[in-house]
Amino acid sequence: MSSLIHARGLVKRFGSFTAVDGIDVDVRPGEAFGFLGPNGAGKSSTMRMIGCVSPPTEGVLEILGMDPRRDGPAIRARLGVCPQLDNLDVELTVRENLTTYARFFGIPRAVARARAAELLDFVQLTERADSQVEPLSGGMKRRLTIARALVNEPDIVLLDEPTTGLDPQARHLVWERLFRLKQQGVTLVLTTHYMDEAEQLCDRLVVMDGGRIVAQDSPRALIERYSTREVVELRFTADDQGSYAEKLSGIAERFEVLPDRILLYVADGDDALAEVHRRELSPASALVRRSSLEDVFLHLTGRTLVD
Amino acid sequence: MTARNVTALGSAYWLVMLGGFLEPVLYLFSIGVGVGALIGDITLPGGEVVGYAAFVAPAMLASSAMSGALAETTFNFFGKMKFMRLYDGMLATPIRPIEIALGELTWAMIRGSLYSAAFLVIMVLMDLTTPLRALAAFPATVLTGFAFGAAGMATATLIRSWQDFDLIGSAQFALFLFSGTFVPATAYPEVVRWVVEASPLYRAVDLVRGITTGTVGWVQVLDVLYLLALMALCLTVAGRRMNKLLCK
Amino acid sequence: MTSVLEYHLVHYRRTWRSSVLSTLLLPLLTMVGFGLGVGGYVTAGIDGVSYLDWMVPGLIASTAVQTVIGEATWPVLSYFEWLKVYFAQAAAPLRPADILGGHLAFMMFRVLLSVTAFLVIAAAFGTLRSPWAVAVLPISVLVGLAVAAPVVAYSASIRSDSYLAILIRFAVLPMSLFSGVFFPIDSLHPVLRAVAWVLPLSHGVDLSRAATLGVNPGLDGLWQLLYLLVWCAGGWLLALSRFRRRLVV
Ligand SMILES: Nc1ncnc2c1ncn2[C@@H]1O[C@H](COP(=O)(O)OP(=O)(O)OP(=O)(O)O)[C@@H](O)[C@H]1O
Ligand SMILES: [Mg+2]
Repeated sequence: MSSLIHARGLVKRFGSFTAVDGIDVDVRPGEAFGFLGPNGAGKSSTMRMIGCVSPPTEGVLEILGMDPRRDGPAIRARLGVCPQLDNLDVELTVRENLTTYARFFGIPRAVARARAAELLDFVQLTERADSQVEPLSGGMKRRLTIARALVNEPDIVLLDEPTTGLDPQARHLVWERLFRLKQQGVTLVLTTHYMDEAEQLCDRLVVMDGGRIVAQDSPRALIERYSTREVVELRFTADDQGSYAEKLSGIAERFEVLPDRILLYVADGDDALAEVHRRELSPASALVRRSSLEDVFLHLTGRTLVD
Repeated sequence: MTARNVTALGSAYWLVMLGGFLEPVLYLFSIGVGVGALIGDITLPGGEVVGYAAFVAPAMLASSAMSGALAETTFNFFGKMKFMRLYDGMLATPIRPIEIALGELTWAMIRGSLYSAAFLVIMVLMDLTTPLRALAAFPATVLTGFAFGAAGMATATLIRSWQDFDLIGSAQFALFLFSGTFVPATAYPEVVRWVVEASPLYRAVDLVRGITTGTVGWVQVLDVLYLLALMALCLTVAGRRMNKLLCK
Repeated sequence: MTSVLEYHLVHYRRTWRSSVLSTLLLPLLTMVGFGLGVGGYVTAGIDGVSYLDWMVPGLIASTAVQTVIGEATWPVLSYFEWLKVYFAQAAAPLRPADILGGHLAFMMFRVLLSVTAFLVIAAAFGTLRSPWAVAVLPISVLVGLAVAAPVVAYSASIRSDSYLAILIRFAVLPMSLFSGVFFPIDSLHPVLRAVAWVLPLSHGVDLSRAATLGVNPGLDGLWQLLYLLVWCAGGWLLALSRFRRRLVV
């Protein structure tokens, strides 16, 4: 059994609505695997099926070699789950959140206490250990939720949008901690709609849209396959960016015309920009950058990821 | 303001409102009629003898006017002020906090008056009072509602957190039990009796009971003055505190 | 399941203070204000005992119900809707039955706590007339569970707290007032008496009254016990199916 999570033709329907529409996924031991996609793509629905709290409607799903429909509790005993929305007990202290949760896994009290102390140190919440959760900042709560997901020393950690809503500093702290986990050999499965997060953390990822997987590979490979090396972003003052599209023809392999800017996909950004100026198009602003997963997503779906 | 509150009602809310009316009726039947059968008649301080249900009914009426007014003012008012930030939005318009408070109070009163009127009808149907006395008792219940509505608003400005509602609820229940509702104040030991006599709910009960049993005297004038004074005092406190809390 | 009970106990360590007011002080006030005050006017007593002695066991059963209502309504709704505590538990290797069972066990713990306290005080007032009064403890747990289980099922089925106010006003309050706590239900209209008999509290009241007065409830008592068990079992099944429906989607 080479993959920890194995899904074939996995479907989740709510009534007549299909949230996950036949996806195939394999997550290997020790890797960080990402689900990338816009709102409503079906990321959380997939994560909840993997978390064994949501029975699949159709298809094959095996986790740690077991069947979630039959062995839910046994699988959950070896998973750590950080749900999209924190569901900490805000009336308990930070430490109590960890110790009481550890008990759900049958961990002896003394071990639970020791592990809570370790984990609080790991997520840098030791000073707040005995304060109530309610007044903590969003970033602190998120870190505590992550710590709680680690309390049973899980084989797989499921993280649903681990850094959404956090400020940049808090995000980097979370990334750094997740990176350490990965180095310790923990298998990470995460969802995100942040490109930089996916690029930072994921060895492999799938791009989801409308319940389907539209592409699957490592971040680098996806960018190479679905984008060019560099991107030029142009903003024109006119209301109608589209009217410039014609004048730009021939400069780039491909364009994307967005409501507020035009993206040119090119091998060499500076060359392209020089050509733009030669044609005297004088954009209000121009930016040359490296291609990212955002561009992959745009190419695959024709839409931006975060609106 | 009042219009806003009415439009915020959903169908479940109407059931809740009906429940608010039902509560004193249930008590009347349980205690007034059920326990009343064990007690028989009761002698009022003035020497008049009435059936136990006729004794308890006006007390239930006054208590429900109180609890209705308190619920609408403390709970809703605190919630809106603290969490929904509704007042902040309204304060951007040129309305003074006390006007907002009075709008709230008016709403609480309309609702409470409906309950009272319905309850008075039931009392008449059960032959616990006469239609004329019921008519005369109605303004007394409105006054009771206003006095406690004002008290509720003043309290709401002093509440620190939701936990304080446990305290308010308990205080309210203690008032309900010990305000001459189920037994005459004269049944208590001397010291307790004077505490009871001084409590606002007792004054309200005394007023309403005096009217519905047809035993009005000078004491009831005192009751009216007491309730008016309470209302004025609480409105002043509420107005001051609101200015402090909202217009920082 | 024990780990879930443990969780609620840890939680209770932080919140017990405010619950003391509603689950102990208020019944005590009722006992004093009503049992003593009104009792003074019930000169004939009931069935040969003083009104206070007659009412106290009913009030204890009613306190058991009040205690579980406090925990089976708001907290259950908020553990599903706002705090999401149940969902956090469902992600651990617990089954819905563990989550439900743990919470119900905690409610029974609270019943034992408040009923024990009430019994001690009732004994100090000299209103317990038989050593059988200790049987009030298991009886209270039984009637507590008979009410708690279906109420949890109800709270797990609603999305807004308006429906809790409706439950309390249209079901819990009438049940508390017309189940023979304050006056014998024999004097009720036959239809209301039938309703009181269908609801669980009146049986709890009868049983605990038999216990504190030291009267043999006879075969009727056995049937009442069984009937309360039926409420417990039916409520459990209903609640469990609601929990499954909400937690496994
Ligand atoms: N319990 C449910 N009942 C009905 N529909 C649901 C349920 N859960 C999710 N859906 C629907 O399924 C679709 C996918 O939802 P899901 O939460 O998986 O998306 P997501 O990719 O996690 O989005 P987001 O980035 O907003 O978290 C959405 O349209 C959502 O409305
Ligand atoms: Mg999601």
